Amino acid sequence: MSQIELTELQRRLVIETQSGLPLVAKPYAQIAATLGCSEEQVLADMSLLLEKGVIRRIGLVPNHYRLGYTHNAMTVWDVDDAHASALGEKVGALAFVSHCYLRPRHLPLWPYRLFAMVHGKTEQDVEQQIACIHELLGDHCRQADRLYSSKILKKTGMRLKPKFVPLPVEKN
Amino acid sequence: MDDFDRALINQYQGGFPLTSQPFLQLAEQFGCTEDKVITRIESLLADGTLTRFGPLYDVEVFGGLFVLAAIEVPENRFEEVTGIVNGFSEVAHNYARNHRLNMWFVIACEVAEQAARTITDLEGATGLKVYAFPKEEEFYINLRFEV
Repeated sequence: MSQIELTELQRRLVIETQSGLPLVAKPYAQIAATLGCSEEQVLADMSLLLEKGVIRRIGLVPNHYRLGYTHNAMTVWDVDDAHASALGEKVGALAFVSHCYLRPRHLPLWPYRLFAMVHGKTEQDVEQQIACIHELLGDHCRQADRLYSSKILKKTGMRLKPKFVPLPVEKN
Repeated sequence: MDDFDRALINQYQGGFPLTSQPFLQLAEQFGCTEDKVITRIESLLADGTLTRFGPLYDVEVFGGLFVLAAIEVPENRFEEVTGIVNGFSEVAHNYARNHRLNMWFVIACEVAEQAARTITDLEGATGLKVYAFPKEEEFYINLRFEV
């Protein structure tokens, strides 16, 4: 992944907006006023950050439990290392899989390498999704488990800490 | 939740406009007032239907790191350990799960080296082993929920 370095203003913009946008008619103008720059600058920087992937998306983030997706499982699979990447591609492409990753094992406690998150309105939905993944993996899967989430303990998203550096003087 | 709320949620999990008066743009699309859009989003946040409204940042694009981690928490210490773990600002999400490893959380750090330090600090603060599951490969992410 190509990495970018944030300008000081972009960094302050991230800190200012990481917990959310202000719910006022002109949210970007309000942010600009706080940061001491123009609304155009805020809009230009946010467009750039979106284009570079620093911002994944801007919008409403629903609590999926409240939308009826009350059954959320982290499905984990002990798959052949030789086929792990190719299998990850296939599982990740399934419409009901929200995230899919390869992660390290912690033997003997944790033999699983492929992680796929699935979500459903009933346990039956989720179990069907799991069966579908199982079928796709076939003989490449030695063992598997599913970890249902029983409670959201925290969901705040990333938080940058403000650095204690003097703010640059705005040039007029 | 009514049809208006559903339409808002289905259409704006991304793509919120970067224009001077974004709520006005939504209002014109939905044929309502700007005020209605703003007050609805406010109330969906207040009643917990939405967890957030705004940009979702990916720290890894500017040199940071997300690490999934888990702890085997003794049942009688679950509440206490939840408090300790959630008290770390680096912990972005935390879920209770039904497994021997019963607490799973995501550490999000602006500087990659900070993640290892956070894990050490978490072990010190809880007295429990923290298992790290850094991602080795990421596949397609699809995070939209239909209501």
